[in-house]
Amino acid sequence: MIEFEPPKPIAQQSVALKTVAENMMRPVSRYFDEHEHEVPWDYINFMHMAMRATGAGSLAPKERKPKEGEEEQKRPPIGYQSLAFMLETLCWGDVGMYLCTPGGGLGAAAVEASGTPEQKQKFLARFAAEKPTFGAMAMTEPQAGSDTSAIRTTAVLDPKTKEWILNGEKIFVTAGHKSLELSDGFVVVWATIDPKAGRAGMRSFVVEAGTPGVKVTKLEHKMGIRASDTASIVLQDARVPFENLLGSPEVVPQEDKKGFKSAMATFDATRPLVAATGVGVARASLELLKELLAQQGVTIRYGLPRQKLTNIEREIIDMEVMLRSAWLLVIKAVWMADNRKPNPLEASMAKVRAGDVVTKITQRAVELMGPIGYSRDHLLEKWFRDAKITDIYEGTGQINRLIVARNVLGYSGRELR
Amino acid sequence: MYSFEPSEEQKMLIEAVNRYALNDLRLKAHDADEEAEWPRPLIEKGWELGLLQASIPEDYGGFGERSAVTGVLAAEEMAYGDLAGAMAVLTPGLFAMPIALVGSEAQKQKYLPGIVEAQWKPFTAAFIEPYFDFDPHELRTTAVEDGDAYMLSGEKTFVPFAPEAEAMLVYASLAGKTQGFIVEKGMPGLEVEARAKLMGVNALPLYKLTLNEVRVPKEARLGGAEGHDFAAILDASRVALAAMAVGVSRAAFEYARDYAKEREVFGVKVAQKQAIAFMLAEMATEIEAIRLLTWEAAWMLDQGKEEASKQAYLALTGATDMAMMVTDRAVQILGGHGYIREHPVELWMRNGRGIATFTGLTIV
Repeated sequence: MIEFEPPKPIAQQSVALKTVAENMMRPVSRYFDEHEHEVPWDYINFMHMAMRATGAGSLAPKERKPKEGEEEQKRPPIGYQSLAFMLETLCWGDVGMYLCTPGGGLGAAAVEASGTPEQKQKFLARFAAEKPTFGAMAMTEPQAGSDTSAIRTTAVLDPKTKEWILNGEKIFVTAGHKSLELSDGFVVVWATIDPKAGRAGMRSFVVEAGTPGVKVTKLEHKMGIRASDTASIVLQDARVPFENLLGSPEVVPQEDKKGFKSAMATFDATRPLVAATGVGVARASLELLKELLAQQGVTIRYGLPRQKLTNIEREIIDMEVMLRSAWLLVIKAVWMADNRKPNPLEASMAKVRAGDVVTKITQRAVELMGPIGYSRDHLLEKWFRDAKITDIYEGTGQINRLIVARNVLGYSGRELR
Repeated sequence: MYSFEPSEEQKMLIEAVNRYALNDLRLKAHDADEEAEWPRPLIEKGWELGLLQASIPEDYGGFGERSAVTGVLAAEEMAYGDLAGAMAVLTPGLFAMPIALVGSEAQKQKYLPGIVEAQWKPFTAAFIEPYFDFDPHELRTTAVEDGDAYMLSGEKTFVPFAPEAEAMLVYASLAGKTQGFIVEKGMPGLEVEARAKLMGVNALPLYKLTLNEVRVPKEARLGGAEGHDFAAILDASRVALAAMAVGVSRAAFEYARDYAKEREVFGVKVAQKQAIAFMLAEMATEIEAIRLLTWEAAWMLDQGKEEASKQAYLALTGATDMAMMVTDRAVQILGGHGYIREHPVELWMRNGRGIATFTGLTIV
């Protein structure tokens, strides 16, 4: 049965999150935009407390296990759907601050996606600790962005100590500073165990805060999402225990593509979530745009033929089409993830569409409001700057187009480069 | 809950419509367009799929409950075969569905069984008017009370099967409100004029019509003395058309995709060029996005949601642009061959442009 009713628990959660977005994010949005590298601790502490209480927050939702004596739950799982709603609402508040949400972020998502049960237990427990703790994923290098096979960071096994020795430089690590220096978190570092093997040699390693030889060397100054730290990390003979290599030890030493595939599997789950963050920013922009227009006496006459609409009305109506349809692509992709249906096509479609839509909507909002849009008196200009990253991280719009194209054409990466 | 999975029953229906769309409509679409006519037996075969019949309750000769969701699933699949063919098959619905949705009890009993229990018969509707700013809510055709009758005057265009129609619903402005009136064949003042010659949907016979003080009895007002809610009809029409736009676009996308995988260029398949592959990726994304928007609008209609009207409007707005974007690119991907009538993409592009103008030409 085709249905479009948000599940009840999600609707309840959304009410609470909207309050957070309105009261804890919006009032300080401008402050943290203008004070880059200051950490929004009030928001972080509040979210940490709230998420400890509810158990929410990880980017990789856990199945709810029935309590003893409770009947096996028959309701379909809604973990990813619930996350998509959560992220959309928080990013409607402020996407930069949302990226500071404690709970493990992409680092924890990687552990959830490819860690063994022991690894999950060992590495993920910290996020429920008393103090807010962060996790991050380090993939990009100065010379390797979308082309992850060009990664040069190496991992060499020291046969005597059975430790991995990591060397290299990682950039654009979201929350890298908070994960390594402001909490006892970790960064999942992608490195090659065989530089000649390309992707087949790629593995992921949990590098914990306090590991000798690991240093945050730079915090980027960015166009937007300034509340969120974007770190460069240098690994110099950084030693991590053998068990910190993510995945089952039996398959680990073999040079197969499992390592790389697990990174990509993480993205299938997280791409629609990043799309959801974009939808949140786009909705914020569109809502404020309509509000500001209404103040100047412009209301939108839905239902009219296009020939009778003003240009502004046409623009707004087109934006609503874009926004709603992007959101529905997100919902479908996370619904598939929840129901264990393979969704690489839908995940990338959602990301492509959301990246386009949030970029366009925030740009048009600034343009349509003229001097008001361009002014820092309102957040429209900030959201325009914040929005652009949605079309870049977690796979640029172009990489995701490539994935969609390969899927609809039935081509391998070799057939469609 | 969310779910994007049609029910088993709906899947069976989609499969049946798909067979008809591909084996009958698609195969004959080219010739039908050239000859400007669908062979009647083919329309009758489509009618036997029972799409309209399944939307009419048993009390009135049908065998089901109307579901807009089921309706859009079927409409997409039908138009995937051919837009003109899909609209021809569903034309009696232009008359029957509004009666089923908002007609009076007497109107339902008088007309519905005769339509759904028989073979395909030309019942139709006159809605679109020949003005650039044609607005469903501000019709220029007027209805004026005149004693125990209404007098209808105005011009209509794009009326399917008008000369042979046994009865038609004529929409007119009654004191500023859009209302439907049942006009039987041969009423004085009803003049069917020349067949409209159009850029596309040539196989669907559409006519111009003049209403010159056509007197219809009071009972002929759709819904009876109190009249009816027009939004329900317009919404159902918008989602149906949006779904058909998705169907046309899907056909064009698939054809261009398959062509691009066959055609060699510079030693590789043309689909292996990112310029083409990215176009196809965007087409697929757009189609899926608008399909979901249409499904949601239809679902909202079924649920009686307040936002349903707005959503149906948004769905059709999006579908209009999507159909143009996708069919245009399909022609572009085939290059010169796309422009040649031996390939169907140029027909789909001509039909796709019509989506913006066809509100009221189909309903589910």
